[in-house]
Amino acid sequence: MAVVITQLFNGISLGSILLLIALGLAITFGLMNVINMAHGEFIMAGAYTTYVVQQAFSHYIPASLFNYYYVAAIPLSFLIGALLGFVLEKTLIRFLYHRPLDSLLATWGVSLILQQVARSIFGAPNVAVTAPTWLDGGLTIAGAVLPYKRLFIIALVTICMVSLYLYLDKTAAGRKMRAVTMNRSMASSLGVSTKKVDATAFAIGSGLAGIAGCALTVLGPIGSTIGTYYIVDAFMIVILGGIGSLIGTVFGALSVGMLGTIAEFWSGASMAKVIVFVAIIAFLQFKPAGLLSARTRSLE
Amino acid sequence: MDKKKLGYWLFFIALFLGPLYLTEFRLALMGKFLCFAIVALGICLIWGYTGILSLGHGVYFGIGAYCTAMYLKLESSNGQLPDFMEWSGVSALPAFWIPFSNPVFALAASLIVPALLAAMLGFLTFKNRIKGVYFSLISQAVVVVFVTLFVAKQDWTGGTNGLTNFTTFLGFSLASPLVQIALYMLTVIILGLSFTLAARLTNSRAGRVLSAVRDGENRVRFLGFNPTSYKVFVYSLSAALAGLAGTLFVLQVGLISPAMMGIIPSIEMVLWVAVGGRHSLIGAILGAVIVNSAKSFFSETYPDIWSIFLGLLFIIVVMFLPNGIVGAFESWNEKRNKAKQKGGTADAADSVVS
Repeated sequence: MAVVITQLFNGISLGSILLLIALGLAITFGLMNVINMAHGEFIMAGAYTTYVVQQAFSHYIPASLFNYYYVAAIPLSFLIGALLGFVLEKTLIRFLYHRPLDSLLATWGVSLILQQVARSIFGAPNVAVTAPTWLDGGLTIAGAVLPYKRLFIIALVTICMVSLYLYLDKTAAGRKMRAVTMNRSMASSLGVSTKKVDATAFAIGSGLAGIAGCALTVLGPIGSTIGTYYIVDAFMIVILGGIGSLIGTVFGALSVGMLGTIAEFWSGASMAKVIVFVAIIAFLQFKPAGLLSARTRSLE
Repeated sequence: MDKKKLGYWLFFIALFLGPLYLTEFRLALMGKFLCFAIVALGICLIWGYTGILSLGHGVYFGIGAYCTAMYLKLESSNGQLPDFMEWSGVSALPAFWIPFSNPVFALAASLIVPALLAAMLGFLTFKNRIKGVYFSLISQAVVVVFVTLFVAKQDWTGGTNGLTNFTTFLGFSLASPLVQIALYMLTVIILGLSFTLAARLTNSRAGRVLSAVRDGENRVRFLGFNPTSYKVFVYSLSAALAGLAGTLFVLQVGLISPAMMGIIPSIEMVLWVAVGGRHSLIGAILGAVIVNSAKSFFSETYPDIWSIFLGLLFIIVVMFLPNGIVGAFESWNEKRNKAKQKGGTADAADSVVS
């Protein structure tokens, strides 16, 4: 029983981190049809932001307040990620909207540069971020220990999901974003500024990656290649979920997380990745458009 | 013989005579770059001509190299168990290694295994009309799968260290400079043959269909062709070229490891073609040689700068030189010719007036 609960919990935990990363990609991929390979480096930026905030707190803020550094780091990571995404959209991506393959190559170049910049600033070895003490320990259910750290990440991802839903469904800006995703030219002729929507969407997606980076710091040390570790998985989740469908991305992330932890339990960490990817490619044989895809009569 | 053809002949003859004017060190580097040029030819066929961007060619290159390396390893072990297997506690040669003691089998496998793998992957994806960036991302996932497998199955593949320490090939010592020169010349000949094959293909009827698939796959389908079979064919051809290059690479460099078939090497292969010019076969060869020369120059002198330089190269090529060096040269040439023509017509107009 304890094993089952632990595995289920680990699956949800891994899935929720992947979800946070994949959501940002799903927004930009679905909305603008560009591939942002530098998305992984926004995760890295969020993680290093958390590291810097922690360093700043331990140097300049009284020790009694140190535990709250994490509360400050979350919004800051979002802002740094969003800012980087905004700049990237304005300087590079917007010229490549009709050339998805080229956007892939150019953003790969950006990712190489950002990684090297991070290595030059923070050094090549990984850095460790001390998690706040209120995240130590865990909840015990039927003999299985659920660490507070992972519970906290699940809660954080849930909050992000709900806010994103409220934004897309209840605010004017969010509705415009959905309108552009569904039919760009029609939205544009009805007076929606697609340029503004694109830039906002890109900033939000990148900001979510920043939060993901912040969340990853409590799980282990971080380094300049942390993004490359997750980016391929995240893209596979977006494809598995179905392009343009955020709900599909949620299901995709949870099933990949679940399958990944189960496979890891049986056959070890490295084979788990092999099993997951082979399963995704096999699944696409039955549903080439992904789990949930928008019904369309267009050919392309 | 037209000017262009003469240029190609001169280019390949100059390469062939490399041992006369290159030092041993430079010759070894050049031999390696020309192996990469063969991979670049294959990528040019699928990307530039057919519009399929594969981020997984490192796998085909690696598998080709591993097939030959398995034979070399067995030959160097003199009938005993390869050293790395002893270290990982394997007592008998795994069954799938046994046929690789035959050089003909190993060399054939280095072509056929990548081609079959590519045909399978291509069939499964292209049949379901998975294309464009989706295919690119899936091919990248395939890289992750293979690199992980090769690292994890240490007792079969040598793990992260890969396969190395070869002494002889068909009885010839690989350390001898004469053998290395012969291998270099063989590489140039194979590069020339691959170039001719690719050029013939692109100029043929089938080649026209490939370009048509790139520009409007559905129209091709409506006209009664089956794009899937054309795509699967060209994709496995380019995988076979990558495997062939892997064989020549492992013979000259004497090492193959999973790091050489990973995500970054695979995407660098695409960059060679992008820099040279994706629509031009000769551009692909030039791109492979130029980018790798720059890489060996920069990483010798400024190792930190290299990855920033590589990143900038990606951005600059995509933003400002979408057709690469050859494309830039062609458009410059066209402009010059137009200017000349303009001058000509102006003269003619003058003459009418007078």
